[in-house]
Amino acid sequence: MSTSTLLETRDLGCIRNDRQLFANLEFVLEAGEMLVVEGPNGCGKTSLLRILTGLRLADGGEILWRGDPIDRLAGDYYEQVAYVGHHDGVKHELSCLENLRLARAMGVPSKRELDEVLEQVNLYAYGETEVGSLSAGQKRRLALARLLATDSKLWILDEPFTSLDKTSMSMFASLFEQHLEQQGLIVMTSHHDISLPGQNVQHLLLGTQA
Amino acid sequence: MYLWFHKLGSPPHFYRIAGKWIPWLSWIFLMLLLAGLYGGLIEAPPDYQQGESYRIIFVHVPSAWMSLFIYIVMAVCGGIIIVWHMKLAEVVLISSAPIGASFTFLALATGSLWGKPMWGTYWVWDARLTSELILLFLYLGIIGLHNAIDDKRVASRAVAILALVGVVNIPIIHYSVEWWHSLHQGPTVTKFDKPSIHWSMLLPLLLMALAFQVYYVLALFQKCRVELLQRERNSKWVEEL
Amino acid sequence: MSHRLSLTQAFVFLLRRDLLLALRNRAEYAMPLLFFVLVITLFPLALGAEPELLARIAPGIIWVAALLAAMLSLDSIFRSDFDDGSLEQILLSAHPVAVLVLAKVSAHWLVTGLPLLIVAPLLAEMLGMPSAAQTTLLLTILIGTPILSLIGAIGVALTVGLRKGGIILSLLVLPLYVPVLIFAASAIENAAHGFEVSAQIYMLLAFLFLSISLSPWATAAALRMSAT
Repeated sequence: MSTSTLLETRDLGCIRNDRQLFANLEFVLEAGEMLVVEGPNGCGKTSLLRILTGLRLADGGEILWRGDPIDRLAGDYYEQVAYVGHHDGVKHELSCLENLRLARAMGVPSKRELDEVLEQVNLYAYGETEVGSLSAGQKRRLALARLLATDSKLWILDEPFTSLDKTSMSMFASLFEQHLEQQGLIVMTSHHDISLPGQNVQHLLLGTQA
Repeated sequence: MYLWFHKLGSPPHFYRIAGKWIPWLSWIFLMLLLAGLYGGLIEAPPDYQQGESYRIIFVHVPSAWMSLFIYIVMAVCGGIIIVWHMKLAEVVLISSAPIGASFTFLALATGSLWGKPMWGTYWVWDARLTSELILLFLYLGIIGLHNAIDDKRVASRAVAILALVGVVNIPIIHYSVEWWHSLHQGPTVTKFDKPSIHWSMLLPLLLMALAFQVYYVLALFQKCRVELLQRERNSKWVEEL
Repeated sequence: MSHRLSLTQAFVFLLRRDLLLALRNRAEYAMPLLFFVLVITLFPLALGAEPELLARIAPGIIWVAALLAAMLSLDSIFRSDFDDGSLEQILLSAHPVAVLVLAKVSAHWLVTGLPLLIVAPLLAEMLGMPSAAQTTLLLTILIGTPILSLIGAIGVALTVGLRKGGIILSLLVLPLYVPVLIFAASAIENAAHGFEVSAQIYMLLAFLFLSISLSPWATAAALRMSAT
């Protein structure tokens, strides 16, 4: 294990509705690397990601962050993780800025100004608009804006490009590249084919595990 | 010692051991039950105040004790589930719930039957009965919550939390109801609380309590084995049976 | 790398967020209060408006109505956050979830329990409760309603992920509310007859402190379970 190994899983298992989705899952992720989890529907991609965030308990095995089990690290691990799952995780009755301020309060605020963040995801004009009146794609961009508003090393993204158009997708793809270049980590699943040339990308295929 | 505990916690091992014990437990239960009933119904003299009808305490009091004891067992299992995620604890908890609920119901029913010859009504807002009624709701809550959650591992954690919350509340509820009862019912002494403890009455009472304890273990083993088969049906050891 | 906010700051932030959300969802939060008034109004209609009877049962029916109104309002603590994914974000926060839960429950109490303080005296008058008892009424509501929110939060946390969660919520929570009901109603009744109420009030305070120290942890554990 090299010193830049940040995320490691050992013997990870997952059981859902009496079915063993995967077992003895092992991988190692270093700074600046991305892991793309692939597989057919229902093979446990979302479950794996939720296990990595700690929202779901693994059925066997452990997850190590910088060598320590994440259940022991608790808050210290969570402050380094940003998660965007199926739900956007934004309040419809609040404005974009209010939502981002809350995200920063829950985690570690990044050095960027919130106006800058909104600018980067093309939501600058909607800073004070209630999220409820935004389109699905705009809400998704706000959810992903969380990644820029907080300072987290590990991004765990479940189908981040849902509802996004091609321009937004390539915009976020380059954001992911930047994150990796700054020694961040990404674990994601996506139906879309995103190519990040020149980056360290591992692929993990589920659904073929015993 | 730790190894024995660890072995006991393993489902296939427990399944086998429980299976071997069941016939023995059945016999022990029957003997204790007969001894207790004989002592209570035939040997013990009639109470000087209540005559023959007091004899229902030989079922009522042990039932009430069991209803409380089983809840505490469930709470202990709850703690074990939350800290160690032990599968057997999950099975014991959910198997105990209906048994505990039945004892609670039995306590209520026998209390009710006792009330009729005593006070002419089937229900009395006595402190003990009211507490038992609330305890019944707590049991039904655990059974209901477990049923409502599909993933049984998640369901076990939910009822573990509920059992622990309940066990903290039971003394509080009991004290509150006692207090409430003393306010509203005045100084009426109910024979529920303190039967005259004469040896000829105490012995059958203890025998019945022991019989109920054995019954609990017996019923628990049976239910646990069924539950284990259900939960582990995809595992190797079940297939080998 | 900048550091996360202090725990107090995060607490206040979440509290203010929930108050803001309640403000923007005014209609939803007014319902339990209206329900409270409505239920109390039903009793004179059912039992007759004889002043002596009403005055005697007033403490009891006000508190039973308060319990039922609390039950109705509980869903709002976690439902919205659960549905839009905000609850996950709270669980993934760098801060201890129990403290964040306390922030949310405090906001819930401020929005649903505190308003009862304003409405209750009016209802007490309508039921002919002697003014001697009305101070005690307010005191029991002030101490008792936070307990209802705290204990109720555990129940909601356990059932928020269920399809028919609302039905089983009452079964889980009402038995736990019984001690509060007993001591609160008894206190008011004692006050109405000019007797001492300190024993009851101390018991309620004890419940309150017990709930504040234990309920957030149980609620946090239940939320983690529900989010699975």
